[in-house]
Amino acid sequence: MPTIIEVSNVRKVYKNDSVETIALEGISFKVQKGEFVAIMGPSGSGKSTLMHILGLLDKPTSGKYFLEEEDVSLLNEDRLAELRNRKIGFVFQAYNLLPRISALKNVALPMIYGGLEEEEGLIKAKRLLEMVGMGDRLLYTPSQLSGGQQQRVAIARSLTMNPSLILADEPTGNIATSQAEEIMKIFVDLNKKGHTIVIITHEEDIASYAQRIIYLRDGKIVKESKSKRIVKKLV
Amino acid sequence: MDYKEIISEAISSLLLNKTRTGLAALGVIIGIGSVIALISLGQASQKAVENQIQSLGSNLLTISPRGASVGGVQRAGGTGTTLTLDDALAILKQFRGSLVNDVSPEFSGRRQVTAGRKNINTQVIGVYPQYAQIRKIQIDKGYFISTRDVEGMTRVAVVGPQVAIDLFGEGTNPVGKSIRIEGIAFKIIGQTLAKGGQGFGNPDDSIYIPLSTAQKQIFGANYLTSIAVEVKDDNIMTDAQNQIGYFLLERHRLTSPENADFSIFSQADVLSTASSVTSTFTTLLAGIAAISLLVGGIGIMNIMLVTVTERTREIGLRKALGAKNKLIIIQFLLEAVILTLSGGVLGIVLGITVSFFLSHSMGLPFTVSLLSILLSFGVSVLVGIIFGIYPARKASKLEPIEALRYE
Ligand SMILES: Nc1ncnc2c1ncn2[C@@H]1O[C@H](COP(=O)(O)OP(=O)(O)O)[C@@H](O)[C@H]1O
Ligand SMILES: [Mg+2]
Repeated sequence: MPTIIEVSNVRKVYKNDSVETIALEGISFKVQKGEFVAIMGPSGSGKSTLMHILGLLDKPTSGKYFLEEEDVSLLNEDRLAELRNRKIGFVFQAYNLLPRISALKNVALPMIYGGLEEEEGLIKAKRLLEMVGMGDRLLYTPSQLSGGQQQRVAIARSLTMNPSLILADEPTGNIATSQAEEIMKIFVDLNKKGHTIVIITHEEDIASYAQRIIYLRDGKIVKESKSKRIVKKLV
Repeated sequence: MDYKEIISEAISSLLLNKTRTGLAALGVIIGIGSVIALISLGQASQKAVENQIQSLGSNLLTISPRGASVGGVQRAGGTGTTLTLDDALAILKQFRGSLVNDVSPEFSGRRQVTAGRKNINTQVIGVYPQYAQIRKIQIDKGYFISTRDVEGMTRVAVVGPQVAIDLFGEGTNPVGKSIRIEGIAFKIIGQTLAKGGQGFGNPDDSIYIPLSTAQKQIFGANYLTSIAVEVKDDNIMTDAQNQIGYFLLERHRLTSPENADFSIFSQADVLSTASSVTSTFTTLLAGIAAISLLVGGIGIMNIMLVTVTERTREIGLRKALGAKNKLIIIQFLLEAVILTLSGGVLGIVLGITVSFFLSHSMGLPFTVSLLSILLSFGVSVLVGIIFGIYPARKASKLEPIEALRYE
């Protein structure tokens, strides 16, 4: 299996008015193509910081990050934007849909930046929304949808450009437990179809859907384990 | 990159807050309105000037006496006594057929004119018959002054329609009636066709009498106040001006043009100074246009900065989804330009309306040129770009994570 993520001794220090916060303190790990990994840890342990670095939204203070074997520290802003568009699908805790436009257009949005034809894009967006069970809400705007529904739209959007990696930061954090399970099943399905998924959570239940769990504490990896669920299956 | 999508997004985000959008565009509306009114009125007065040159004759030269300079002090124009009938006849003899069609020697001055108990002070002009043709005066009733009148020094007069109204009231035919100029009785033999007010000396408010009668009996002078020369073709005006000038200098035994005791000017010369009056108004409008475009532009910049702040999260998201900086700039620049462009369209409508009423009240012809509309579009776009670029760049420089975190 080829390596999709390789993080090597990554540190991140935030500096605000002479106050330094060490968010990540020398993190190293790899994710192989097709894996479903959860990054777990209490609040403030550096999960979001890590996800921003993995998602090319932020740069480490030191250390290396290779995305599909490419050293991203050498890339300029435009190239990073291109990689975010093509290789990474984001799912945020707060969904981050554009409030004024329909679910369909939200899902098609990455295509404006990826150079796909509009018509082709809308057909694809419709198919993706059907896949996450939102086929009957294509023209609803975000405010007309529940949290769980909005997150399904956001997941559909993360798939628009066929990314090799899906990054989800507490995707169920704002969602009722009953719906959270549904959302996680979508991720499991996507993973079965071959998508590499890295999910961030502080809930054991949610992490247990992944094959592998990386535990963070105070900016350091403290433990790694196979998911209980997988372990159960194996037993 | 799908511009159609970006444009429709820009429009929908502008429509989201209609009042704010409208207020932001107000400065541009007024600015562009002034630009349109400015150009339209400028062209109208230009056209009016051209019409006036046409109606006076674009091939007309006027020679006026000029007080010869004495010790470097020049006497006021038109006060000289240096131009004579002989000058006029000599010019005709010298240049007829080559440069000149005809010549009109003239003496004019204001005099007291009475008819019965009516008493007016008006312009009395001593003329040759050529006057009518050269000055483009047409006869409405009766006849104009004839050669026989000039030679016989008869006491006949042709009146302008305004004079007829002033002396005899509206609708009365003055031909055959009698008037007194400086107490001397004249018989009216004709009335001119109304020509409309024309700068200096309204021809409708003038009385025409034979030149000989005017010089000997009314004004007691043997010189002329002006000579009008009809040049053969308006392409040779400068040539005619020069040749006649040197001819007269020689006749007056003067050595250099600086000492000339006369001046020669074309209608274009006269009217170019007259039209500087309208340019005051034009300058005023240009000032309003410039100031409101500046204020309007700053308003646009302000509103775009507010928009950028309000949409920080959106910008962050777009960047996370792969929008390059250039595209964020284009998006916000497009919004600013669409805003100024729609302000521009409303401004064009406003400007056309204003110039319609202004030109109407100023008695100017109403014109709106395609050029001024194109220019207005250009200016609107330019204002959008100039004042939209800073907010757009600010938006593009937002860090995606900062923007996503922004609440
Ligand atoms: N922009 C920032 N400036 C300063 N400190 C920050 C910033 N972002 C995060 N931190 C700090 O870094 C640490 C890790 O934060 P974060 O990655 O958000 O943790 P988690 O997502 O696990 O809750 C925390 O102590 C947080 O306060
Ligand atoms: Mg977090």
